[in-house]
Amino acid sequence: MTQTIDEYSVFFLYAAMAVYAFAFIAFALDLARRSAQVGAGNEVGVDGSVTTRERVLETVGAGGSSAVSGSVATAAPVGVGGSGAARKGLFSRGGGAEASLSASGDGAVTKRSLSLRLGVAFTLIGFLLELTADVLRGIAAARVPWANMYEFSMTGTVLIVGVFLVVITRVDLRFLGTFITGLVLILLGVSTVNYYVGVAPLPPALQSAWLVIHVFVASLGTAFFALGFALSAIQLVQYRREAIGAGARTLKLKFMASLPDSKRLENLAYRVNIVGFVFWTFTLIAGAVWAERAWGRYWGWDTKEVWTFIIWVIYAGYIHARATRGWRGSRSAVLAIIGFAAVLFNFGIVNVFFHGLHSYSGL
Amino acid sequence: MSRPSDHYDSPDPALATRARGAASDDGSSSGAGDGSSPDIAQPRLGVVGWLRWFWRQLTSMRTALFLLLLLALAAVPGSLVPQRAADPNGVTQYFVDNPDLAPILDKVQAFDVYTSVWFSSIYLLLFISLVGCVIPRAKHHFDALRAKPPRTPARLSRLAGFEQRAAEPGTNGAEAIEVARGMLRKAGYRAVVFTAPGKNGSEITSVSAERGYARETGNLVFHAALVGILITVGVGGGFGFSGQRVLVENGQTFVNTLSAFDSFNPGRFFSESSLTPYSMKLDKFTATYETKADGAFGQPLDYDAAVTTQEQGGSEQQSDIKVNSPLRIGGTDVYLLGNGYAPTVTVKDPTGKVVFTDSIPFLPQDASLTSVGVVKVPDGLSQQLGMIGFFYPTQAVSTTGAYYSTYPDDDYPVLTLNVYQGDLGLNGGTPTSVYSLDTDTLSQLTGGSTGVASIELKPGESTALPNGLGTISFDNVARYASLDIHHDPTQGYVLLFASLALLGLLISLFIPRRRVWVKATERADGSVTLEYAGLARGEDPRLVPAVADLAERHAKLLAGRAVPETNA
Repeated sequence: MTQTIDEYSVFFLYAAMAVYAFAFIAFALDLARRSAQVGAGNEVGVDGSVTTRERVLETVGAGGSSAVSGSVATAAPVGVGGSGAARKGLFSRGGGAEASLSASGDGAVTKRSLSLRLGVAFTLIGFLLELTADVLRGIAAARVPWANMYEFSMTGTVLIVGVFLVVITRVDLRFLGTFITGLVLILLGVSTVNYYVGVAPLPPALQSAWLVIHVFVASLGTAFFALGFALSAIQLVQYRREAIGAGARTLKLKFMASLPDSKRLENLAYRVNIVGFVFWTFTLIAGAVWAERAWGRYWGWDTKEVWTFIIWVIYAGYIHARATRGWRGSRSAVLAIIGFAAVLFNFGIVNVFFHGLHSYSGL
Repeated sequence: MSRPSDHYDSPDPALATRARGAASDDGSSSGAGDGSSPDIAQPRLGVVGWLRWFWRQLTSMRTALFLLLLLALAAVPGSLVPQRAADPNGVTQYFVDNPDLAPILDKVQAFDVYTSVWFSSIYLLLFISLVGCVIPRAKHHFDALRAKPPRTPARLSRLAGFEQRAAEPGTNGAEAIEVARGMLRKAGYRAVVFTAPGKNGSEITSVSAERGYARETGNLVFHAALVGILITVGVGGGFGFSGQRVLVENGQTFVNTLSAFDSFNPGRFFSESSLTPYSMKLDKFTATYETKADGAFGQPLDYDAAVTTQEQGGSEQQSDIKVNSPLRIGGTDVYLLGNGYAPTVTVKDPTGKVVFTDSIPFLPQDASLTSVGVVKVPDGLSQQLGMIGFFYPTQAVSTTGAYYSTYPDDDYPVLTLNVYQGDLGLNGGTPTSVYSLDTDTLSQLTGGSTGVASIELKPGESTALPNGLGTISFDNVARYASLDIHHDPTQGYVLLFASLALLGLLISLFIPRRRVWVKATERADGSVTLEYAGLARGEDPRLVPAVADLAERHAKLLAGRAVPETNA
């Protein structure tokens, strides 16, 4: 019975991975589309919407339909920011000449991004599938599904995607879709190939309520750090683009023009990272409380404890850097990136290759 | 000075100093906080001046940041090299594996990173820097808590979320401001009304409000709590102790006295009189193993040490110690950290007289509890005997003929012994480990290259020792539990400070500190213009929406007031 449920779980996990792959493609298409539109001189919003100026439409009309079909292939046919005339122009987009005629008013036409919305839809479906896989694994094991590397990866990625889906309802960070789905796909790929273990009972050291709290909050913190990492990385690229200034067109990543400016990205990254930091602080404290019960001391510089501490200190440094003149901006972003690299190291390397009391990888 | 000069919210020296006018506003030019410039002839610094300069450097944000990053970096080696405190056997092994490198690493305290001089100096400097930063800030905050919000700026238009609205006709400026003040106070602001004469004899009334003082309070609580943790850990660790004791089932009784510990690590201020007397006996140790699941066969499911304890003047009590549920007794915490097998071995001399009988704890070597132990028979035989024993709880034979254990429970227990004779080295009075046998001074009698088969026994069996030395029997096998007995009077305080730190962190990160102003300007024609603006003090992503929301609600409230008035 246990094994059958676990097989269902694995099936759902693979299904989720397939759907995430579709989401990744859709998000990537959105970025490509942004690049193309920016290259064509159109205004692209953070939400992927393309605002086509009247002037541009005319050129398109005169130049032929190839540019139009190129932009329409991925753009959604909904969403109108202009006058009734522009609306008409949108619906009759088949003929270039007609479009240019009907959009002759002074309104600009705004198109939403179909690929972006598809990406979010696929991500949501993938999330539900993976959540099902995770819950089934928990049912199969009759405990929380986070007690070995395979389960850490599964629950951790569920949380990364979950946090992403929640955050994008508040702030439009959908442009991070390629990063999030890409990261999750890599983590799941590595974990299903290298970390898979059958359902095993909990060793005595893990039989504690703190397993539920400590590990879950740590994973949640990791999810926020992942988002913060992506924002900080993009911030660095954006900053460089802004520094180049007028020469920005020579930069290859044209879609960057559609993303928020580096200041806004920095503020977003900060807001996400401090949430992660609070979770991480709690993880540290909860881990110490649990270590006292299980191992007889609340802190003993076990390798995992050391790395949890290192990560905490790096992010503390990041928060201080944000308040230090000369360290705001790119330098603090680099710290956030180092911080997340340490998180990945702590998860992928320390868990598997380092000796210590936290040897629960199950491998 | 409330904050380090290079704090982001401190006045920018680049703006204060003409000579550095070229420095970019966002401080991206390195060392924007130095304040030094070749154009300015600096006064010579005396000793006090240099000390002050040094103190300023130490308590600056950049130094704190540098020390934080250095601390993170310095913690890394401790995870790469085994540490004496966490893994003493690993250190011994490291010395064996890297005979050339290990002594060098040892010189730089790489095996004691977290108590090393260099690691300690980093965190002590960090904490001095922290205290030096926090104390002036605390004083400044204490003053700010009692101060009124500052006067409304003359021009609000440059501030965040600036909004200008024409008030409904008939609105009185002072009244509108009074309404705004009420709203702000309800929202937790400290609000003060100012009036100033405007142009053309009109009057400007404004309310200046500030909220989120708790942000700085939380910040100070967080940092003070960290200092609290450091002091409690540093001082409190000195009063505690930790000791280890192995107890065999139905065997010895532990009494909480110094000599009863197998090993004992007292804190600096520990005195033996602080040990509360109690006794503890291991009645039964039960280990449960997985017998079904694939891949998890033989994995432990539960360890349970059933003990009988008795405190001074009390009656006997039965308790269970489990891995995640220690026993709290007599001011100590007793943890179940390990277990294994203790075969009971009896040695008789050739006349049949018992010269040795004991249950000897064997150290587990793998998950199936193949265990290694040492039997030492110093007296009663013509020669001192030492034996290195292997115990297989469920013995199996590999294709090469080697023995191994297939399952951790004692389903088919077998004990093998290699016998050595000679000087055990016990007579010199030097303490030796009961778990190891120095075979250099001994001659091997069985096993290995001797050509004599090792002694092999199942429970209840006995056999002759080589060279007519006598007989040996394997009577039975008992379980033992390895217990850690700790006393740390301050760990509760550490938890308290840690919780305070978390609370302070939450407050300091998520409560926005902001100033908000509402200004009413009465024109000559009697119309009133309302202005709204805010100022973030620290991170405040919601400031602009908050100001807009205030303006909106204020306008509604004024309109609501205006209606009954017109009706009347």
